[in-house]
Amino acid sequence: MSIPQQSLFASDPGTARRRAAEARFRAYGLGAVLVGVAALLLLLSSVLSSGLGAFWQTRIHIPVTLAGAALDPLGGRDPAAMRKVTTIAYGKVIEAALRDAIAQAGIELPLTDAEIAAMLSKEAPAQLRNKVLADPALVDGTIEVSLLANGRIDGYLKGRVTMDSAQLDRNVTPQQLLLADRMLARGMLSRDLNPGFLTAPDASDLRPEAAGLGVAILGSAYMMLIVLGLALPIGVASSIYLEEFAPRNRWTDLIEVNIANLAAVPSIVFGVLGLAIFINFAGLPQSAPIVGGLVLTLMTLPTIIIATRAALKSVPPSIRDAALGVGASRMQAVFHHVLPLAAPGILTGAIIGLAQALGETAPLLLIGMVAFVREFPAAPPEGFFDPAPALPAQIYNWTQRADPAFVERAWGAIIVLLGFLLVMNAAAILLRRRFERRW
Amino acid sequence: MSPFWLVTAVLALAGAAYALGRARVLSAAAGDHRALHSLPAHYGWAAVQMTLAPALLLYLLLLLAGQAGPVAAAAALALALGALIWALRRNTPDFRARNAVERGMMAVLILASTIAIATTAGIVLSMLFETRHFFTLYDWREFFFSAIWAPQFQGRSQLGILPLLWGTLYISLIALGFAVPVGLFAAIYMSEYAGRRMRALVKPALEILAGIPTIVYGLFALITVGPLLRDWLAQPLGLGSSASSVMTAGLVMGIMLIPFVSSLSDDIISQVPQSLRDGAFALGATRSETIRQVILPAALPGIVGAVLLAASRAIGETMIVVLGAGAAARLSLNPFEAMTTITVKIVSQLTGDNDFAAPETLVAFALGLTLFVITLGLNIAALAIVRRYREQYE
Repeated sequence: MSIPQQSLFASDPGTARRRAAEARFRAYGLGAVLVGVAALLLLLSSVLSSGLGAFWQTRIHIPVTLAGAALDPLGGRDPAAMRKVTTIAYGKVIEAALRDAIAQAGIELPLTDAEIAAMLSKEAPAQLRNKVLADPALVDGTIEVSLLANGRIDGYLKGRVTMDSAQLDRNVTPQQLLLADRMLARGMLSRDLNPGFLTAPDASDLRPEAAGLGVAILGSAYMMLIVLGLALPIGVASSIYLEEFAPRNRWTDLIEVNIANLAAVPSIVFGVLGLAIFINFAGLPQSAPIVGGLVLTLMTLPTIIIATRAALKSVPPSIRDAALGVGASRMQAVFHHVLPLAAPGILTGAIIGLAQALGETAPLLLIGMVAFVREFPAAPPEGFFDPAPALPAQIYNWTQRADPAFVERAWGAIIVLLGFLLVMNAAAILLRRRFERRW
Repeated sequence: MSPFWLVTAVLALAGAAYALGRARVLSAAAGDHRALHSLPAHYGWAAVQMTLAPALLLYLLLLLAGQAGPVAAAAALALALGALIWALRRNTPDFRARNAVERGMMAVLILASTIAIATTAGIVLSMLFETRHFFTLYDWREFFFSAIWAPQFQGRSQLGILPLLWGTLYISLIALGFAVPVGLFAAIYMSEYAGRRMRALVKPALEILAGIPTIVYGLFALITVGPLLRDWLAQPLGLGSSASSVMTAGLVMGIMLIPFVSSLSDDIISQVPQSLRDGAFALGATRSETIRQVILPAALPGIVGAVLLAASRAIGETMIVVLGAGAAARLSLNPFEAMTTITVKIVSQLTGDNDFAAPETLVAFALGLTLFVITLGLNIAALAIVRRYREQYE
């Protein structure tokens, strides 16, 4: 074997190759990390860029004269009698007011009456009707109102609808867009914050501009109440038994394996279970938060049990021994000493489980939570049995609609959903930071 | 009387039971705690348990038997009252109230821990029952071995699982092909190379990916990734013109699985004992040589377990494929064509109006059972591998 005649400072070809391999390997690793981070950034930026628009809405501001002859033919200002006047009458009043306002502003464009009327949302007459029914004294006066503009006009202001696309669109004409430009210049049209997105109920296919998340948020809140009320006590009780009292035998082994496997069962299977047992067998109503809550409870239980057992395990045995030493029973040692010390860990696990349940969609599709519901559910406990969509199911519902305005709504709803998840996870992290003890 | 008010009434009785039970035993002992076997509160709780448990149990049984009328409520209330009186008479200073209370609590704990078993039994039984019903209406050989999926409303549907199984496996394969290298390399980099500050930034960022609901990934696939792949890859290459495709769903699912693979691999790599690393370094190996030739072989079983767990997630994933993969059942190799999966078809057969006598609806239960069996098998295998691997170094 010949000894290589080389300096100790310059590297030989073998070392250079190994160094290159080292650098390559390291670059692969860094590349993988960057791919992951880039995917996250792309996802978040596409959520924000497409969804923020849903929080603003285009409105038309015009004075409306509420002629008593049309809106209160009996003249008694009796709300019960005025309820008989349908939105059609209100629609005529608004259309006339809009034509007058446009003429008064000196805008002259070759538009038909129908085209002018279509500037407004189909929801606008109902808006005005609710306002008048709430305050009958308004009749026979002139009031300034802000009415929802049509979804296409809203899309034009948000850049979704253009002159080119309007040429091909049956629902909007380029002339209407020109009119929108003029009205915008005169302050009759503006884009404002849209609180209705968070409070209003869903709306039909033809009026995306009126659709909101109110009922869905309430439905999700009801489901979370049920999940919290059932999954937390049951999960904590079963963890205490398994961790503190259970003898090691076949039965408890079976339970342990079961819990580990349940945690990995696909969520859609829980939906099938809910449909077969809660709806078909037990006869609970479809689309009701109670069924969704029960299904999500079964899904969340393993998460809470695993977190609770970890929290109980981290309490040192010396605490138990000390309690038993001064004469506590085993039950007292657990409930008076171990459980309070494990509480922060248990709560953290519960919040994370709840956050998972809040974002879960697939099982809800099977138990009818995608139904179109406009009525707010009653207060609990009766409200648990009223139909209500859930937040993620509402998002899915909106992606299935034809009008592209609903896609913006769906992204906006995702921002709301992610906002809730962010708050919940932040609470879990704070809780852990503040109360976690290390022995 | 509605169930809500009955429960309220029984709870009110239980509240009275606590006060009365405690007061009665104290007066029997003339206010001297030392004469009692247990703490005064235990006597109260013993009375509460006696009042609540039998009455609510009876009411629940009557409800399940379909007897929710006023008779059931009256019977439950009467039982609660009777049990209350009996429990009060039982409360003498010699009565071992603490033992009674703790026996009751133990029963509750055991009951709660059997709910996990009951859930699994519920899943298996409900699906087995409906699947058997399905196979009386439809030949099982046709279901498992036919390559045509064509449900029809008028009947005479062809319901072969093979195209769905193929779509599921193809999408999962693409997802794993993306997530496993990226996740594994990210885990290696984070545990072996990255500095403390980088780890503190990147680790939570990747974990955010794990916390995002799948409906968000679904919409991301449908609106962002699908058209992007179609316009920049599929159409220029002449491979297809559909935005929803196997590739779209697979890639987005891969993104979802990155944190899953990386955090599991991270755990496993950090479990490899430091002495193995030190030994390799002492022999002059570079970092990458140590990783490739020492750490990865030692961690391999654990990593295989992690990949199997990720595979079971991919196969059971629903929202991404519902929104991103399409609904056409076909057997094809082209990744830019729309295909469909088992989960998509469970959703489409079970949403809307269901007729539980038609094979077109019942097939969803057979699909669900198949899915359950596949994922359960993968999970059991993965958990067994991971557990054996853990024992190796403990």
